[in-house]
Amino acid sequence: MADAIADTRRLYTKPQNLNDAYGPPSNFLEIDVSNPETVGVGRTRYTTYEVRLKTNLPIFKLKESCVRRRYSDFEWLRAELERESKVVVPPLPGKALFRQLPFRGDDGIFDDSFIEERRQGLEQFLNKVAGHPLAQNERCLHMFLQDEIVDKNYTPSKVRQA
Amino acid sequence: MSFFSFGQSAEIDVVLNDAETRKKAEHKTEDGKKDKYFLFYDGETVSGKVNVTLKNPGKRLEHHGIKIEFVGQIELYYDRGNHHEFVSLVKDLARPGEITQSQTYDFEFTHVEKPYESYTGQNVKLRYFLRATVIRRLNDITKEMDIVVHTLSTYPELNSSIKMEVGIEDCLHIEFEYNKSKYHLKDVIVGKIYFLLVRIKIKHMEIDIIKRETTGTGPSVYHENDTIAKYEIMDGAPVRGESIPIRLFLAGYDLTPTMRDINKKFSVRYYLNLVLIDEEERRYFKQQEITLWRKGDVVRKSMSHQAAIASQRFEGSAASESALEQAAKEESG
Repeated sequence: MADAIADTRRLYTKPQNLNDAYGPPSNFLEIDVSNPETVGVGRTRYTTYEVRLKTNLPIFKLKESCVRRRYSDFEWLRAELERESKVVVPPLPGKALFRQLPFRGDDGIFDDSFIEERRQGLEQFLNKVAGHPLAQNERCLHMFLQDEIVDKNYTPSKVRQA
Repeated sequence: MSFFSFGQSAEIDVVLNDAETRKKAEHKTEDGKKDKYFLFYDGETVSGKVNVTLKNPGKRLEHHGIKIEFVGQIELYYDRGNHHEFVSLVKDLARPGEITQSQTYDFEFTHVEKPYESYTGQNVKLRYFLRATVIRRLNDITKEMDIVVHTLSTYPELNSSIKMEVGIEDCLHIEFEYNKSKYHLKDVIVGKIYFLLVRIKIKHMEIDIIKRETTGTGPSVYHENDTIAKYEIMDGAPVRGESIPIRLFLAGYDLTPTMRDINKKFSVRYYLNLVLIDEEERRYFKQQEITLWRKGDVVRKSMSHQAAIASQRFEGSAASESALEQAAKEESG
């Protein structure tokens, strides 16, 4: 007695358009955090980072953008996303308050290795967040990534397809 | 077993008449081990012998009756005290009295209805068993013998494919297709995932089989989900227009038929869960229920074989011997 052999042939599929197969993918999104620069003098010094974005996603108004942001801007963005969206927002690299105490042997928060560590953490944070479909709908994310200045008095809103 | 060394005690055991020929099936016990039990189907007769063996030959055993029961019951683990019996048959084997030597009693439960399949789950158990009892004043002597019941179905008349377009607006659109909605336990799921829009960075895609056991009714419904299988179907980032094939052989997994609202006490349902995972470990998924059924692998016996069996009642007859020979030739030929 032979059991009927199951038909395991593949289902019919439409042949793929060659432009789709070999063209640039629709999910191109690259964010780099680089070029830390310390501005100001004395106790009012702070470090800014260059946030460069390249994309072909239609949700972003500019396909290329470059802005400068400081750590407190990132903190602002994280707080806005937590409040406005349902996204579980990843953590930022540490605040390092202990580095701001006096009588340290090193440069504190302006120490090169600390800045590099922070830079990497900020880059990871932005890549995680910017690729999230729900975060992409938040006005605060677009303002952070592509507007010249972060207006902390903005009105939170949702962004639809540009 | 009696702790008193005086008085008489006995051992009782149950033996099926067709123990030599009846198939056994593997079935999970509550602690996860697999054991073999005699396999029965709905409508089959359960017949055999109950052997009562006296421990101290010569001494008599007084009893208030000897009986055998065929029971089908549902046990909810959170409510162990209450067994819900949906089949309960009893045959009295001996009236109250005494036995002075070991005895054997015949029994037959003819064409017993066994409406549900045996099931041992996370929170509920459905089992069938024979229970022989020697009723006594202080403590009964009893022996249980579990059997396993399978429910069989045939190829469904209607078995449409499942085809659906799902996604997240402006981010991800896919069309998934599974060749059937009802699969038997040794079947193959053949399907495909077609990408219509991919604006996220997908790392890989898998298909999971999820078993959901539901117990309780009304406000106290409890679902127990168990991922039976995880099967990666794609590694890497797809683009628009790509089709990913699915071929998932069910025989390799520990599955039962779909059970819907069994005796209004529990359900066991199966779902295919399509999961896409992106570069940041975010998961996008779509669950779809499928119906599983058990295909019988019993050969449809030829008419002459059935006649041969019928004629066996007339033992030693030449007609039955030659009929059996003929049927055997036809089977192998």
